[in-house]
Amino acid sequence: MSTLEIRDLQVAVEDKEILRGVNLTVRAGETHAIMGPNGSGKSTLAYAIAGHPKYTITGGQVLLDGVDLLELGVDERARAGLFLAMQYPVEVPGVSVSNFLRSAVTAVRGEAPKLREFAKDLKAGMDALSIDPAFAQRNLNEGFSGGEKKRHEILQLELLKPKIAVLDETDSGLDVDALRVVSEGINRFRATGETGVLLITHYTRILRYVKPDFVHVFAGGRIVEEGGPELADKLEAEGYEAYTKASA
Amino acid sequence: MGLETKPLSTLHEKASYDPADFDVPNGREEEWRFTPLSRLKGLHDGAAVVSGGGVAVSVEAAPEVTVETVGRDDQRIGKAYVPADRISAQAYAAFEKATVVTVPREAVASAPTVLTFAGGGGVAYGHTVVKLEAMAEAVVVLDHRGSAVYADNVEFVVGDGATLKVVSLQDWADDAVHVSHHHAQLGKDATFRSFVVTLGGDLVRLSPSVSYTAPGGDADLTGLYFVDAGQHLEHRLLVDHSQPNCRSNVVYKGALQGEGAHAVWIGDVIIRVEAEGTDTYELNRNLLLTDGARADSVPNLEILTGEVAGAGHASASGRLDDEHIFYLQARGIPFEEARRLVIRGFFGQLIEKIEVEELRERVMAKVEAELAG
Repeated sequence: MSTLEIRDLQVAVEDKEILRGVNLTVRAGETHAIMGPNGSGKSTLAYAIAGHPKYTITGGQVLLDGVDLLELGVDERARAGLFLAMQYPVEVPGVSVSNFLRSAVTAVRGEAPKLREFAKDLKAGMDALSIDPAFAQRNLNEGFSGGEKKRHEILQLELLKPKIAVLDETDSGLDVDALRVVSEGINRFRATGETGVLLITHYTRILRYVKPDFVHVFAGGRIVEEGGPELADKLEAEGYEAYTKASA
Repeated sequence: MGLETKPLSTLHEKASYDPADFDVPNGREEEWRFTPLSRLKGLHDGAAVVSGGGVAVSVEAAPEVTVETVGRDDQRIGKAYVPADRISAQAYAAFEKATVVTVPREAVASAPTVLTFAGGGGVAYGHTVVKLEAMAEAVVVLDHRGSAVYADNVEFVVGDGATLKVVSLQDWADDAVHVSHHHAQLGKDATFRSFVVTLGGDLVRLSPSVSYTAPGGDADLTGLYFVDAGQHLEHRLLVDHSQPNCRSNVVYKGALQGEGAHAVWIGDVIIRVEAEGTDTYELNRNLLLTDGARADSVPNLEILTGEVAGAGHASASGRLDDEHIFYLQARGIPFEEARRLVIRGFFGQLIEKIEVEELRERVMAKVEAELAG
């Protein structure tokens, strides 16, 4: 069973300190929601864990089953079992979805999947997320709507089967139907009980579909309050005002 | 033969069959300022005299197509194109035999016609005419390989309603020097598709140009180049819209890697007063894969009429996008493979446009080899 341990993580962007000591442990079978106002550093946490070059780690550790991810390259982290669903997946011209997915699955599994099996998995995954099969031949994220991009992120989640998934505002920009489809995908992923989910969101809406075990409030680059699902209800009613004032 | 001066454009204003009508370039002229003259092996100043093995032309023609080797006095030569610079005029003055490809009226070539230009060392000059009579259709491949110092002119005469698709592959050995003009003259409702692939050679300077003799002409000029350390690969395009309701679309993409890799792309489009309803677009993109490589990209659109259907250009030179690489790596794909996927993607959509399947595969394999090497 896997565990992601974030210990006193400090991160800067261009010499500006964004994360000021984040501590959080996500175990397999758990779903943690990180909620917070815009600019609180939620996305920085996600990208820093994944290893985006824009973010400089100035202190702390991120351990996945005891291995410090911060010592690994971006691709090595993914192969170690970390997955980041991006808030704004980039368009990559000329690289088809199917080619990309096959390359990713091959890299993560350490061997090329059998073509027939892969085609079957891909089709089943796309069906479950109501993705038009024609998407497989399109260029990666090119011309996808916001909802299509997010569904495609969850498709990757289900195909790559990571140990820990960090979902960065996967709910933003989705209409209710798309939110439901995407949430069902996340729920399928966590149904095994062998994976952990760190779900970053601004709104409580997605938490009605993807029930968290723990809720953390993020403000000013650190976790300022923790609780169970009831904390989300409180945020729904009162907003973030109390926290933004406190951290300012 | 006297000097003719084209009236409007500021560039390409001279045209003559006689090299003496052009000053020997000194490198400060607009049209020569990017080209390293010292590496032209004397093509520009008359010092390059025919010698050595030269360039052997071999032909594999479709049954519907006639290919002849003719002397300088053949009446079909020099009809569509007048040399526009000193080296082009030098090539015109110095070639001994020309190759004339003819596709008769309404003939549809059932296979590509392949002209192979094999450099055997030394200095050579050449001339090629490809003439499609009205309603004819053909695919013609110009395949350049081996080693040579070679200057030539190619005239594509595309008759009314005819369709010519050309693939020109510059796959020379590392020490080759090639300076070439490709001129296409389009008749009424003629279609011209050019695909230029430049990979090999110490210095290649290729100048494709298009003119229209009647309305309805449609030209697509596509190019792909991969520049390695020390190579100078230059493409200079000119589309001269002088007839109403014609179309042109230029897309050239290149990748550069290594110290001293130098790409030059000049894209001139002129829309003359009488060319109402013109629809044109030109695009150049350069991917700089390493430090020490340089791309010069100069689009130039001259519009002399207010009545265009569309006119635009875009040019961008940059490095691999970190966000693309990050996204692929974040899915477990190692850096080298992510880089290959993105570069393949950059060229992939272009390569798909090559008409001949085996050439498509050959070009893809060449690009793969460049990436691996």
